[in-house]
Formats: sequence, structure tokens, C-alpha cells
Amino acid sequence: MAQARHIFIKELKDYFVSPIAYIVICIFLLISGWFFFSTFFLINQATLRTFFSMLPLIFPFVIPAVTMRLFAEELHIGSFEMLLTLPVRLSDVIIGKFLACVVFVALMMMPTFSYAIWASFMGDLDWGPVMGGFLGAVLLGSAYSAIGIFASATTRNQIIAFIVGMVICFALSLVDKMLFFFPATILPFIHYLGAGFHFENIAKGIIDSRDIIYFISVIFIALYGAELIMQEKR
Amino acid sequence: MIHVEKLTKYYGELCAVNNIDLDIRKGEIMGLLGPNGAGKTTTLRMLTGYLEPSSGSIRVKDFTTAQDMLSIKRLMGYLPESAPLYHNMLVYDYLEYVAGIRGLDGQKKAERIKTMVELCGLKGIMHKTIGELSKGLKQRVGLAHAMLDDPEILVLDEPTSGLDPNQIVEIRDIIRSIGKDKTIVISTHILSEAEATCDRIVIIDKGGIVADGSTEMLKMGAGQGKTIYLTLKDTGLTQAREVISVVKGVSHIHEEPSAADELRLKLTISTPDDPREAIYRAIKATDWTLLELHQEGKSLEKIFRELTQEA
Repeated sequence: MAQARHIFIKELKDYFVSPIAYIVICIFLLISGWFFFSTFFLINQATLRTFFSMLPLIFPFVIPAVTMRLFAEELHIGSFEMLLTLPVRLSDVIIGKFLACVVFVALMMMPTFSYAIWASFMGDLDWGPVMGGFLGAVLLGSAYSAIGIFASATTRNQIIAFIVGMVICFALSLVDKMLFFFPATILPFIHYLGAGFHFENIAKGIIDSRDIIYFISVIFIALYGAELIMQEKR
Repeated sequence: MIHVEKLTKYYGELCAVNNIDLDIRKGEIMGLLGPNGAGKTTTLRMLTGYLEPSSGSIRVKDFTTAQDMLSIKRLMGYLPESAPLYHNMLVYDYLEYVAGIRGLDGQKKAERIKTMVELCGLKGIMHKTIGELSKGLKQRVGLAHAMLDDPEILVLDEPTSGLDPNQIVEIRDIIRSIGKDKTIVISTHILSEAEATCDRIVIIDKGGIVADGSTEMLKMGAGQGKTIYLTLKDTGLTQAREVISVVKGVSHIHEEPSAADELRLKLTISTPDDPREAIYRAIKATDWTLLELHQEGKSLEKIFRELTQEA
């Protein structure tokens, strides 16, 4: 586990010594800020609901862009061979990379906290849903990071990793909004699968263990899948 | 030190390494030779734990790869072919990162990094991005990566491939200077390199071992194909043929160009025994003058080609 810490520090540093982090954070803030403020005054309420409701649609584009290089690049330049022949476990590598992504997502969300402070000056802000929203955003971001890491492990081409990650994340965001495509018998199941649905629950300020468990399972399954794929390559 | 038993690796249907048995002793510098695609890299990758064998076992000291891979990795430093390092990191950052993973910290870490800088000549490039370095410098950083923790076993996959002659000599010197008290496994397809650095050479082809021994042993082989050069004076070709062809072991006599009054012969030897004494005695019994008698083993090149070219 101590090994995971070194990987984590290295990966996080990598984001911020290269332009990736700044570009991704800028794009995220621009898009989310624009969507938020373009309707904020029209609604005439001190609420961050529109901001949070956009996240399941923005994250599928932003997060795979952050995760796509994690394994694809290592496989492409072959550095994975050097990494894996150091005294580390594959699981340490995956956990280190995953935690770096989670921290990145949290740092990316940090500036948007100013929206909440700002909105609280404009009116009577209900802090429950806001805190729930930020917690949900980090959970959603973590789950999508895990999926992005899984996608990155499947290929040595970063663009493919990005597209695969985006498609899976987007499907999870939208599946509970497209229920009319599915037969009635599996509806509850499909509904439960949707990440958007669980995120909205938490963003309402209701912290339900089912939603937490959902995100933790997605993280676990995706990371375990990544481990299996990397293991298969040996 | 390293004990390999019935090691086999399949890539799908393709058998890359087939039933290899190998014992590498402590302090040995072993050269793994073979043509491209013979299974050198695959063997090294299994040895270092990057690949898992399809069957067979590897034991390093008392650890097996199946159970104690982590302990084995701690004993080993590995430099893969062409040193695939992270392009975007600084040399210093990279070495520090590796030191961290290898569990070095504080005083020890600074010390080891300093030693590596001196040994591998990294002084001027510590604050350069790895992606900017030339191939030779990258290779040196790779060597520093492999030796950082002062591992007992060093595995180097084609450490000099793609380098210019000066760089090759530099890398070879580094390897030799650390090779005194380490077990080193080097793969290469450059024969002169193996000859210059290794105590022992294992030639593999199509996934199997075709020869194993010290450079001298391999060259002398089983004796077959050894050649002896003779330069004589005061005699003719037919006379010399008569006398020498009866010596046991001499299978073929061939005249070589020489100075006007000298006779130069090339004798092909077909027995493992050393016939030089007998040849000398046969000549001593005559009144010829013996100017030169010298024996040549097969060149490593020739052995290599013979062993790896039977289609």
C-alpha cells in the first residue's frame, strides 16, 4: 500500500506539471459556469440545482480526458514494463492512479464552490443539497474515473481510451433517462443502473446508503476489470 | 542464484519459449544470445515478473515467482530493451520516484542517487526532461533505474542496441565495473559484445537452448571444426601432406597462400582431443623448419550461425 502512495504522488504531479490539468479544468469551468449562469438569473432562485444537474452530462467528456493516458500511455511507450518490474503490485498501481484521479476531480470541483458562496449572498441558499451535490459530484467523478481507468487499460491508444470511457460514462448518465427503450420487466433494474439517478438523489441532499453503495460498486467493478485486463496481458 | 525449470511461454498458439532449464550462479555475468525472435526478451520478462510463464517455474534464491514475486523484484534491477522511460519527467524526479517505490528514503536515497549520478555519468542532465535526451543518455538513465537499489541481480535486455560505438564502450564499462560482485543477465544479438562482457554464454533459438558454456568452451566447442595453422620451411606440399595427414584427428589439409619459400597449411581437426603435440612430434622427426603453429577455435559468429541457422 505504501507503493500506491508513490504512484499517486507521481500521477498527480504529472497532471500539474503538464498543461493537461489546466486545460481540462479551464474547459470544465467554462462549460459548467456558462450552463449555470445562463439560467441562474432566469430561475430567480438561490439554488445550484441547474449546476449539479449538468454534471452527469459534462463529466463523461471531461473525466475520460483525464484518465485516458493513465494506462494507454504506459502501454504505448512501454514504461509499464519498467513500472511492473519494480517491487509493486498491480493493484497498488491501479489504486495509486485512481486516487490521483479522484483528487484531481476534487481539485477541479473546488473553484465551483465559489458558486455556492456567491449564491448564498444572492438569496437564502439551502446548504443541504449543496453539500450533497458536492459529495455526489466527487462520488460520480470517482466512479467515472474508475471507468476511465478501465477504458485506458483496454488499449494502448489514448484516443480509443477516451472514446470508450466516454461512451460507457455517457451511457450510465443517460440510461435512466431513456427508460422507454426497455421492456417493463427490467425497468427497475435499468433505472438502478443509471448513475444520473443516484447522483440526483445525493444532490437533493438525501444521503442514502443505496446510492453510496452504487458508486462504490461501480468503482470496484471498473477497477477490478482494469486489473483483470492488465493481468490478462501478462 | 537463479534456477529456471521447464520454463515455457505461449502467446496464443505461438510458442515463444519452449522448456528452458537454466541455472545462473551467483556472481556470474551471463549473456543470452540468439537471433531476433528467439525468445530472449520473453525469457527475461518472465524472469523479472513482467510476464507470467505458461508453465514451468523460476526460483530466485529461496523465492518462487509464483509466490514471492515481490521479494524477487526487490532483488532484481531490470532494464528493458531501449529503456522505455516516462518522457515527461525530469531525470532527477524519475530517479527519486523509483527510489521511493524501492523503499529508499532520506539519507540513503540521496546517497544512492548520488552514486548513480557518478557511476552512470548523469551529472549534467539531472534537470532535463527524459524525452529530450539522446538514446545513449536515456540508456544510462535506464541503467541508473535498474541499479538504484544496488540489487543483487541485474537483468539487462539489449543494453547497447542502437548506440554508437563510443556509447557502447561506455555502457560496457559500467556493466563490467558493477559486474564484479553482482549476478548479471544480459541479452544481446551482438556477439562481440557477449564475448567482451560475459563469463558464460547461453545461445537460444526458436525458444530453446542450443548452447551453454563459457566463451572459451563454446569456441573450442566439442573440438569439431577447430583449425590449426602451420607454417613450414624446407619442405614441399606433397611431403608435408604425407607426414601430417597420418596424425590422428587431422581430417583435412589445405594449402594457404604464403611467402615463396614457406609453406602455410590449414588443418581441419575433427576430434575433441588436442592434436598439437602429435603434429609437433611428427614434424620434429623430419628435418623441416617449423615457423609457426597456432590453433584457432571457431569464431563465436560461426558457432552462432551454425547453431541458429539449421532451418
